[in-house]
Amino acid sequence: MASIDEIAPETDSPFDGKPVEQLDQVVIRFCGDSGDGMQLVGTQFTNVSAVFGNDVSTFPDFPAEIRAPAGTLSGVSGFQLHFSSHDIFTPGDAVDTLVAMNPAALKANVADLKRGGLLIVNEDSYDQKNVEKAGYASNPLDDEIALQGFQVHRVPMTRLTRDAVDGLGLSPKEAERCKNFFALGLVYWLYGRDATPTREWVEKKFARTPSLIEANLNALKAGSVYGEVTESFATHFQVPPAELPPGTYRKITGNEALAVGMATAAKLANAELLYSGYPITPASDILHELSKLKHFGVRTFQAEDEIAAMSATVGAAFGGVLAVTASSGPGICLKGEAMGLGMITELPMVIIDVQRGGPSTGLPTKTEQSDLLMAMFGRNGESPLPIVAPATPGDCFFMMQEALRIAIEFMVPVILLSDGYVANGAEPWRIPELSDLKPLRKRHPQPLTNGQAEKGFHAYERDERLVRPWAKPGTTGLEHRIGGLEKSDGSGNVDYDPDNHAHMTATRAEKVAGIADHIPEQDVEGPDHGKVLVVSWGGTYGAVRTAVRQLIREGEAVAHAHLRYLNPFPRNLESLFSQYDRILVPELNNGQLSVLLRSQFLTETVGLNKIQGKPFLVQEVVKSIRELL
Amino acid sequence: MSTELPVLTDKDFASDQEVRWCPRCGDYSILKQMQKVLPGLGIPKENFVFVSGIGCSSRFPYYMNTYGFHSIHGRAPAIATGVKLANPDLQVWVITGDGDSLSIGGNHLMHAIRRNVDLKIILFNNQIYGLTKGQYSPTSPTGSRTKSTPYGSLDTPLNPLCVAIGSEASFVARSVDVDIKHLQATLKRAAEHKGTAFVEVYQDCNVFNSGAFKYAQSKAEKADNVVVLEQGRPLIFGKNRDKGIRVTGLLTPEVVTLGDNIREDDLLFHDEKAEEPSLAFMLARMRRPEFPEPIGVFRCIDRPTYNEAVEDQVTMAVEKEGEGDIEALFRKGDTWEVQ
Repeated sequence: MASIDEIAPETDSPFDGKPVEQLDQVVIRFCGDSGDGMQLVGTQFTNVSAVFGNDVSTFPDFPAEIRAPAGTLSGVSGFQLHFSSHDIFTPGDAVDTLVAMNPAALKANVADLKRGGLLIVNEDSYDQKNVEKAGYASNPLDDEIALQGFQVHRVPMTRLTRDAVDGLGLSPKEAERCKNFFALGLVYWLYGRDATPTREWVEKKFARTPSLIEANLNALKAGSVYGEVTESFATHFQVPPAELPPGTYRKITGNEALAVGMATAAKLANAELLYSGYPITPASDILHELSKLKHFGVRTFQAEDEIAAMSATVGAAFGGVLAVTASSGPGICLKGEAMGLGMITELPMVIIDVQRGGPSTGLPTKTEQSDLLMAMFGRNGESPLPIVAPATPGDCFFMMQEALRIAIEFMVPVILLSDGYVANGAEPWRIPELSDLKPLRKRHPQPLTNGQAEKGFHAYERDERLVRPWAKPGTTGLEHRIGGLEKSDGSGNVDYDPDNHAHMTATRAEKVAGIADHIPEQDVEGPDHGKVLVVSWGGTYGAVRTAVRQLIREGEAVAHAHLRYLNPFPRNLESLFSQYDRILVPELNNGQLSVLLRSQFLTETVGLNKIQGKPFLVQEVVKSIRELL
Repeated sequence: MSTELPVLTDKDFASDQEVRWCPRCGDYSILKQMQKVLPGLGIPKENFVFVSGIGCSSRFPYYMNTYGFHSIHGRAPAIATGVKLANPDLQVWVITGDGDSLSIGGNHLMHAIRRNVDLKIILFNNQIYGLTKGQYSPTSPTGSRTKSTPYGSLDTPLNPLCVAIGSEASFVARSVDVDIKHLQATLKRAAEHKGTAFVEVYQDCNVFNSGAFKYAQSKAEKADNVVVLEQGRPLIFGKNRDKGIRVTGLLTPEVVTLGDNIREDDLLFHDEKAEEPSLAFMLARMRRPEFPEPIGVFRCIDRPTYNEAVEDQVTMAVEKEGEGDIEALFRKGDTWEVQ
């Protein structure tokens, strides 16, 4: 179990008469068949824990198939939640409490349960058929040796759920479907959670079918009562609220934060925003979220394919609005050509890549960081684009606005690299003050009067930062033509001159490199010199930060630099490297950031690479750092 | 300040760029007719946008003194959709060719049309890839001998108008590059249509596919090979205007000769407003040598446009939810205070 601070005395509400044990953190994982509603109960538990004041970090893990054959290993869906009384950065390495709704879920997950951990199973689903489907020779619940060391709770959830909803006129199937709420009720009791937000959610969700409201609430209550009255649970646990910086908080996922970030940017810039997308896991939720925000001046366009989504984004940028598209690896491949068009026409837009396991279709629902080099180099010709990468779900809000800011200040498409882990994971988010956010200003040249228009408008006349004007169609006197052919600097007319092409290639690269003067310097957590600097980017932030903190606490000379700006790099990055003996670069790929660091700074790096579709465990990072000490 | 628009001429729409099509290319005429039609539309010059893909025809925007975007192969309808959604006040034209719009860009063409985005799509059909120097295109007749098909092409060609009609087009028309008056009238009709206006223009590539449409271009031949569609008028053609199209059975066309037994009233009367697209489809499928090929407006119906629907939904959302409040959005769902 998680460390136990003290044995708390018996208390009143929300706990009943049983003793309460105080813990400072718990990792719980719900797992079952993909039709068992595990993502739903995981999300509900996250909500009530966040509202209670715990710090939370989640890891939803589900199969790519919507309904894999019931009861099989390939259909197992899981949701892991880490909640604590201090600040945390990861969903946790090992599980304290595992709720396994069927034998397949047990088989796929039991290896992650800590010795001494709580194992709660739905006994009713461990019948011969399901046992065989999971590939067990006999009922694993009867295998005392295998389950030795766990606190096993065999709960007849299906039967008790049926009893709880009896008389409501539900079909046997509908009745059984409520068993996830029974399981939820039981763990709510176990951790003394207030179920009010979940009850309200059920009432809203099933408003049209009152019998389902009653059924799910009955099941929820039955689960809780089960914990209270049966002998099998002797204690329950309390995880006090965390001490987070003061403010108002909400729970947010990475994809939600991107959507909110976009709507906010549109508001701050007093601009319209066109978001074009094509359904793809794990990016689709951005489209879902934004399509609810039409009243914020957001237009969403579900295009016929990825190429059209990218092309419409280029068109919208030309048209003068904030233009964003999102996809995942395979879709970004398709967008490549039109991204190049955005690059050479020097129009502002943001392309979000929510990375997943690749190559090709790869692992659609699993996380990876293997699109970094594609973001850098995945277009024909010399076409460098700025790249940013949020570190956490909440950070998506800020980096989305940074991406748009860079795009419109520098007239350039910007790539934002998220990943499945950041996109679907949730954390408490301290709600910002609008007045604290950086302003976002769109600038368009003014109409030309007749006299001025004589000289013509020069679409590629650059300012001191090499940025060309963003002339909106519809503006008198600024008529001009752009396109994918090389153009003459200044006038923007088609130009095949060799020296001009060299000049334009260099100018576009120089403009992007110059962005380094307009982004924050790289910060470091830990000593400003020492033995190891760990350099990470994207969604590995939590695991790396937790690992580095652990070693710092142990007195090691280790520091952490987490990059949110990947192209260009922060100005001071190279000088930081010389302050440490070794550079460790943990990545969920085969060493892509290392390639960039080595080629740009001629510095030696050591890679920690994992390509399993799963995030780093803290202990994997700790071990890798120790090897360099 | 006067609200009247300045009087524009075709010269106002010509850019300062040297036109670089092969001498006698059909594109010159289309460019010229466009420059003649636009001044009469009552639209400020700065509100025109020309978007093109890749190919000979797609150089078109460079020669128009309007906003223009010469984009990438096949994607012009998607880019134009983005432009139109960004600013619905613009009049957005798409200039494309048979390879650009029906081969690499077939998907975007189909979807722009079925959405009825308010775009004017002009397809220059020359039945050949000209810019890449002479490969057969999706509209080349089966058996075409080209650089990539020395033994003759094997594919069945696409009929652009049938593709458009099958995609629920609200406006479908055809014209011919050198038929100056007809082309001007057709472009004008397209410009005035609300929704996707799809126009196929028979265009001569005199270098790689010379004379492909001579039957519809030459004064001597066209009267017998082309029937001009006019709303509410019977389909009559021929040098002596003595031939017509009659429909029998389930929309089966036949060529008849006007005379004692057959009067004008027996002929097919054109109805571009027909709700059902069957008539337009039948006309689009009429091909030489069995039939004269129709030119003119095949279909012109009212249908809600996508861009208006997008704006209406935004208006409706604002009416329903009120103007978006960012701070309320931040606080959506459950929130809690940390002291």
